[in-house]
Amino acid sequence: MISTDFFVLLPEILISLYAMLALVVFVYTGKDKHASLSIWLTSAVLLIVAAFVGLSDAPSTTAFNEMFVDDAFARFVKVVILVSAAVVLVMGQDYAAKRDMLKFEYPLLVALSVVGMMVMVSASSLMTLYMGLELQSLALYVIAAFRRDNAKSTEAGLKYFVLGALSSGILLYGSSLVYGFAGTVKFSGILEATESGNLSMGLLLGLVLVISGLAFKVSAAPFHMWAPDVYEGAPTPVTAFFATAPKMAAMGLFARVVHDAFGGVVDEWQQIVAVLSVISMFLGAIAAIGQKDIKRLMAYSSIAHMGFALMGLASGTAFGVQAMLIYMTIYVSMNIGTFAFILSMERDGEPVTDLSSLNMYSKQEPLKAICFLALMFSMAGVPPLIGFFGKFYVLRAAYEAGLAWLAIAGVVASVIGAFYYIRIVYLMYFGEEIEKLVGSGSRRLTAILAISASLMVLGTFFSLFGIESLASTAAGSLAN
Amino acid sequence: MSNLLSLVTFIPLVAALVLGLLSRGDSEDTQRNVKYLALAATVFTFVVSLVMLFGFDPNFTGFQFVEEHRWLLGMQYKMGVDGISVLFVMLITFTMPLVILASWNVTHRLKEYMIAFLVLETLMIGVFCALDLVLFYMFFEAGLIPMFLIIGIWGGKARIYASFKFFLYTFFGSVLMLVAMVAMFSESGTTDIVELINYKFSSETLDVFGFQVTGGIQTLMWIAFFASFAVKMPMWPVHTWLPDAHVQAPTAGSVVLAAILLKLGGYGFLRFSLPMFPIASDLLAPLVFWLSAIAIVYTSLVALAQQDMKKLIAYSSVAHMGYVTMGIFTVNQQGVDGAIFQMISHGFISGALFLCVGVIYDRMHTRDIDAYGGLINKMPSYALIFLFFTMANVGLPGTSGFVGEFLTLMGIFQVNTWVALFATSGVILSAAYALWLYRRVVLGDLIKESLKSITDMRGREKVIFVPLVVMTLLLGVYPALILDVIGPSVAALVETYHSAVDAHFKMSAAASPAFQ
Repeated sequence: MISTDFFVLLPEILISLYAMLALVVFVYTGKDKHASLSIWLTSAVLLIVAAFVGLSDAPSTTAFNEMFVDDAFARFVKVVILVSAAVVLVMGQDYAAKRDMLKFEYPLLVALSVVGMMVMVSASSLMTLYMGLELQSLALYVIAAFRRDNAKSTEAGLKYFVLGALSSGILLYGSSLVYGFAGTVKFSGILEATESGNLSMGLLLGLVLVISGLAFKVSAAPFHMWAPDVYEGAPTPVTAFFATAPKMAAMGLFARVVHDAFGGVVDEWQQIVAVLSVISMFLGAIAAIGQKDIKRLMAYSSIAHMGFALMGLASGTAFGVQAMLIYMTIYVSMNIGTFAFILSMERDGEPVTDLSSLNMYSKQEPLKAICFLALMFSMAGVPPLIGFFGKFYVLRAAYEAGLAWLAIAGVVASVIGAFYYIRIVYLMYFGEEIEKLVGSGSRRLTAILAISASLMVLGTFFSLFGIESLASTAAGSLAN
Repeated sequence: MSNLLSLVTFIPLVAALVLGLLSRGDSEDTQRNVKYLALAATVFTFVVSLVMLFGFDPNFTGFQFVEEHRWLLGMQYKMGVDGISVLFVMLITFTMPLVILASWNVTHRLKEYMIAFLVLETLMIGVFCALDLVLFYMFFEAGLIPMFLIIGIWGGKARIYASFKFFLYTFFGSVLMLVAMVAMFSESGTTDIVELINYKFSSETLDVFGFQVTGGIQTLMWIAFFASFAVKMPMWPVHTWLPDAHVQAPTAGSVVLAAILLKLGGYGFLRFSLPMFPIASDLLAPLVFWLSAIAIVYTSLVALAQQDMKKLIAYSSVAHMGYVTMGIFTVNQQGVDGAIFQMISHGFISGALFLCVGVIYDRMHTRDIDAYGGLINKMPSYALIFLFFTMANVGLPGTSGFVGEFLTLMGIFQVNTWVALFATSGVILSAAYALWLYRRVVLGDLIKESLKSITDMRGREKVIFVPLVVMTLLLGVYPALILDVIGPSVAALVETYHSAVDAHFKMSAAASPAFQ
């Protein structure tokens, strides 16, 4: 029935309708005069949809001839995407207002890319996968170049677009191979075609190309080249968005493809994902050491984190997916706080992203400094902060899947990575006194930073707020 | 009182929170309040821990005061103490008030300083009370954060290098242990330390990348744990972070490092390596013996060549920890008793020695041995106290230093006489460097112009040393105070260890009759 099909897609439809309607209304009423309203409204819509998605406990249903699936996994990932997008939108408002980039289109583009992400994680066929991915990417290309009068921002947008198009091409080529050799675009069909455990050459090549395309989207090394430039060039509120929701969505899609479509041939993709994971962890950890710009540093840090998330995925088990989901949720909550801090870094009204400007920051803003300290140690994976639990889960998943070498490589990389996180702490607490960094004093950013930091500590006492069991249900709903 | 241990553990943390949230400003009154609050909290913790000690039944070898709550992933919040850990908890709660008193003159960021120490106290007590693998790891690792800040913010000139080295060295050791913990969790399906002690990890020979690993998974896990504890201990050759950290840390930081943090490694060996991996411990004990013997001789020689007082004492600590590792892996009653005794007595003695250095550093702002000489003329009471602890450090009979060294040497002599021979030479070397240090700093004529106006110790400084002197003498004369508490638990540990090792060798002998 077509009406039940539409009902399954209701959250996506609602956001799309809202985005289109708001676009028309704002154009006719006052354009950028209502930019703030547009941000608040979009956030509210995203949060309402998040509540709607999160509270639903419908059984797994498919729609439109198995093109689209709504299950516990999709709902888990969607809630994280929606909530993080809503928070990041609100976070960037003051920053945008000060720099005259408060445009009403920005939140609407974010909303559209969120729709793309929701379609991605619900994809149940190669067609839906590609549609979701492109909808998301196109919106992201535009917001990366959002400050079109700024050379760096346009450069970031262009780079992202060119490399993104390349990866989409690779992914599309892989998909066509898979379609050709499996005879279907449906994931369930591909799963059947590969049930014997033997992959034909064409399917194998298709699988490799699809994984390469997905690796680009999650910015796993060696497909990470775009990330540092885009992170640095894009306006900081946009970077904050890039570092959170799209990463979660791409990782969700990754899990969806390898488990729902290729769940029968775990051995074939396990080694690819494990290698991606180990390269990402080491590249992220080592390349970040020399960075002087905190946004570039965060780009490398996110590459390393993606490596850890992929470690969970590489185990190829339901527990691995659960570990990955927990890791990503923790990652997103850490990054929101970190970017709230970066957004508040400014001097004489101009944003600064130099690491050296953090020197002795703890003297001026002890509260913010201690919050940022908690976030940094959490990123480094030092207990009792919850970043440690993310690592613990993925390590356990990898070990149980017989990937002990990957677990050992992971912890070695995490020690290297710890160096640059504690270097930030060192700068804030015992660096040299230099010109003062005057924080923007935005209460909203401080509040978000403080909430994020306290989550790092309280998560330990409150058993990660119960996401463990939610992630477990979510992981269980994937085929295989 | 069913949650006595949690109380002991978390009182300092609560005090730290109170300080962090309520104390404002930098006026003299606030500073005084901060100091008194920190002191009151640590003293109160000590009193509560005394209640625990008096309620402790040494003849019961299991864990006492156990608390259990469910947590994530089948892990749990489980606390408890047995004869091995209870005295370490006492050592911490006993030392911390003295540490706070020793920091009375700190003014630079006093509030943060006290918070760091209070948080550190909670974490260290937690390490000794935790009965869950992951909980243990959390306390064990989290201690790095406050210590990193203590060295980094209140340290000396090269503090940045020292703090990074401290953090990265110990972090590297610990993450390997984390992998082993994950492996243990997967093998046994539990993180409960009590259950893990009873769980027999397989010791079948494994094939890893073409290498035959005797002792199998036990050996691999043992090595991973060893990496962590050997760094913490610290054992030669991974001891190099310690002298740097000691020299750069503020006096109170050095005291905490020497008196308490160094004991985490030894405790780890006793709690994990011996009972959980007996076969691997038996296989690799000779390695530990020789590393310990090298540590004792080599670091004693290095200590002789030092120009910096703190560095000298730091190297002497490494040498003394050599006796501890050696004693632990003899796995007989004397050896293990001696190792625990040595750790506790070293807590008092080295803590006191660092305080001694702190006393003159506060006056002259240098730790260079050459800058001193003839202090006895101006500081008679200081000379007396310093002499007492120098002698205790050397292991003079009648002080607690003697008992520990004697017991460990007796333990090792039954197992390996050659190692015992080399280790005993360390006793002579320690006398050499300690007495020479004393002669250069305290004895002789006071000829240095800068020292002419130096003053003797004040009341507060003397008060700090009183409990340390009392404990060192008391334990030296009446060691049963400690041995009676640890004895039954150690006996149980030794017995289960040997029955496991015997069973293994009987089995492998039966499996390969050709060797009979």
